[in-house]
Formats: sequence, structure tokens, C-alpha cells
Amino acid sequence: MKYKDYYQILGLERGASEADIKKAYRKLAHQYHPDISKDPKGEEKFKEVAEAYATLKDPEKRAEYDRLGRHPAGEEFAPPPEWQSHFGSGASFDDVDLADILAAFGRSAGARGGRQQAESFAMPGQDYEVRTQVTVEQVYHGGEVDVHLDLPEYDAHGLMHRVPRTFRINIPKGAASGQRLRLPGKGGPGFNGGPPGDLYVSIEIAPHSLYRVSGRDLYLDLPLAPWEAVLGAQVQIPTPGGTVELKIHPGTTAGRKLRLGGRGLPVQRGAAGDLFAVVRIDVPNVTSARERELFEQLAAASAFNPRRHLTENG
Amino acid sequence: MEIRLSESIWLDENGVCTIEHLAQVSGLSLDELRGLVESGVIEPTDPSAQPPSFYLQAITTAQTARRLRDDFELERGGLALALTLLKRIRALEDELQRRG
Repeated sequence: MKYKDYYQILGLERGASEADIKKAYRKLAHQYHPDISKDPKGEEKFKEVAEAYATLKDPEKRAEYDRLGRHPAGEEFAPPPEWQSHFGSGASFDDVDLADILAAFGRSAGARGGRQQAESFAMPGQDYEVRTQVTVEQVYHGGEVDVHLDLPEYDAHGLMHRVPRTFRINIPKGAASGQRLRLPGKGGPGFNGGPPGDLYVSIEIAPHSLYRVSGRDLYLDLPLAPWEAVLGAQVQIPTPGGTVELKIHPGTTAGRKLRLGGRGLPVQRGAAGDLFAVVRIDVPNVTSARERELFEQLAAASAFNPRRHLTENG
Repeated sequence: MEIRLSESIWLDENGVCTIEHLAQVSGLSLDELRGLVESGVIEPTDPSAQPPSFYLQAITTAQTARRLRDDFELERGGLALALTLLKRIRALEDELQRRG
């Protein structure tokens, strides 16, 4: 079993008072709580902070934790012999999470000296939440994704072990980023006959190599050659529904957004989003002598001054 | 590797549920949920219908409420205010993203 330094996680000394523990937790919760924080690592950090607080705020769990002594965070340690007698001989602690075992002590709080009483107390299983990424194409066409996570299971000794699980779920056409799915009864197991918890899957659209997603709309960078922008052109552009021919009008400037109505992401109700091709004008890196000559002729013949407004206002 | 094809329910506007279901799934009490409905944080599908029904996506809001209640030990007034402000922040973020 790996040791976790709950005091270090909360930035506290070993002898911290209950008030100090609460204060430290509040400060970190405001910083990292996934419902209010924008920190991409917020959720992970908050889980650690919440786990540390759940143990240290409860005098029984804290005492049990303190009995483990001090170890470097992450170090494997042998559980004390009392745990073996608490959970019965033959109980294996190898892959047990420290938080889960301290929670098991929490469950039996008030029933010290008698496992019978603890075992008669039915508790519902915990809800779990997992995020999964889906591709733009899966949202466009609908599809299946496999969701992987470790879920707890109780062994014969009442010890919780994390077991890897995979669920295959159907993504309906038009699923939105942030949309959630409930898998009833697929969360943590109930204890002593309590009902199992639920599993929630939260959908996020994965970054795409071509499209940027904004709500239901897609944005695609569309590079044009200078002569295509000046003279106009017919270009082929990819969309999730297939390649589309797009007419570029003569005199198209960089930054212009060309809208392809209804070519964005579908929605479950109402009109699909749009695809915007955002014009960028690229210049060739290497020019042949002939190309250079033509550009020089163009430079000589053209009266175009793109910086006129700078000199006029200056 | 074990794969379970699972019964799953999308929490969106395609399904509705009762306030009792919201309570059961979120862990909030009926009184707390009624408070959130009164303050406009959770909206029924039809404000005049009795008993009220809710789109399944309200489960997400109710669960956020339960997390904030538990994690910050918020009382009802503070909880409604926090959720109202979160709702406004999300609407503003969406607006900002739309304007690019």
C-alpha cells in the first residue's frame, strides 16, 4: 500500500488543530474545486485535497492515519498488525487504496470492538464520474466509445479493491461537449445490501487537427495563395460530412470568415451549426527565378499600398 | 479486457423526471430542491404544471449543488447564490466563445 502525506497535501504541520485543517481545506477547495476552478489540474488536485480533508477532519480516521507514522509520500508501507486483525486473517492490502481503507474505518466508527454492528449498517455505493473524449467525427456521425476506469469492489474481508472496468457507450449523433450520461447502478458497490452507486460519463470533444469547435460551429483555417485571394478560385475544403467545393471571390482578404451554413456539428434538436473557413494568405517559401520575375513585374505595375492608412494618419 | 455494453441515460432535454427522482439521484433533499426551483437555479419544464417535471439535464445542476453544499458546507441561501453566479459565468463564457 502506498503512503499518502495528507498533512503535506493540505500544507499543514502534524499537530495542526481542527480549525487549521478546515481553514487549509477551504483555501485549497476555493482554488481547485472542479465546479469553480478553471485550473486544468484542478479536479485531480481537489480529489487529493478532499481525500486528505476527509481523513484529517474525522478524529477517528485521523488517529488511525497518525498511527501509521511518517513515511515519504508514495512509499510502500506494511499495514499495521491491527488492520489484519480488524479485517480478518488472509485479508490482502496489496492493492488497497489508503483512502478506501480509512473510509472502511469510518464505516465501522461507533462499532469499535464489534464487527457485527458495523456489518449490519447498509450503505449505498458511491457515485463515480469519468470524463471521456469523443472526436468531431463521432459527434457528427454518432458512434461508440469505450470508457475505462477503476471501480471499487469489496472482497470477502470487506476491503475495497480497485478493479479496472471498461464500458462501451453509444454516442448519439449531435452529442454536445459537457453533455453527461448516467449509467445507473454502475458506480461503486453498496455495502451490506445498500444499492450500488451510479456512474456518470461526461463528454468532451477532443481537439481536432483541422477544426476548432465553438459550440456547434466549426472553424477551419483556409490557406490561400496570394493569386487565389486576388483572382478568386474554386477550392476544395474538408468538412466532417465530406469534401465541399468553395468559391473564393476575387479580392478575398486574410481573416475573412467564409460561412458554410449547416456544415458544422449536428444538434439533437434544431438546426446544425455552421462551418467557418477562416482565410489565411500564405506565401511560397521558395520562389523560382520565373516566379520572382513575375512578382517584380507585379510590384512595379501595382499602385497598391496596404499601409496607406498608417502614413495618412501618421 | 472486460467490456460492458451499458444501459445509459443521456442527461439532456430529451427526457423528463420528477422532483423525487432528482432528489434520489443527486442526494439533495426535496426541501433543498424546492429552494433551488424557487430561486430559479433549477427550472421545471412547465412552470404552471403540477406536479412539476424537469428535464434530465437538471440532474447535472442538482449534483453540482450537492457537491458545492458538501464541499463548501454551504447553507441554502449561499448555495442558491453560488449556483446563480456559476450559471451567469457559464453564460458569459459561452458568449465570449461565440464572439471569438
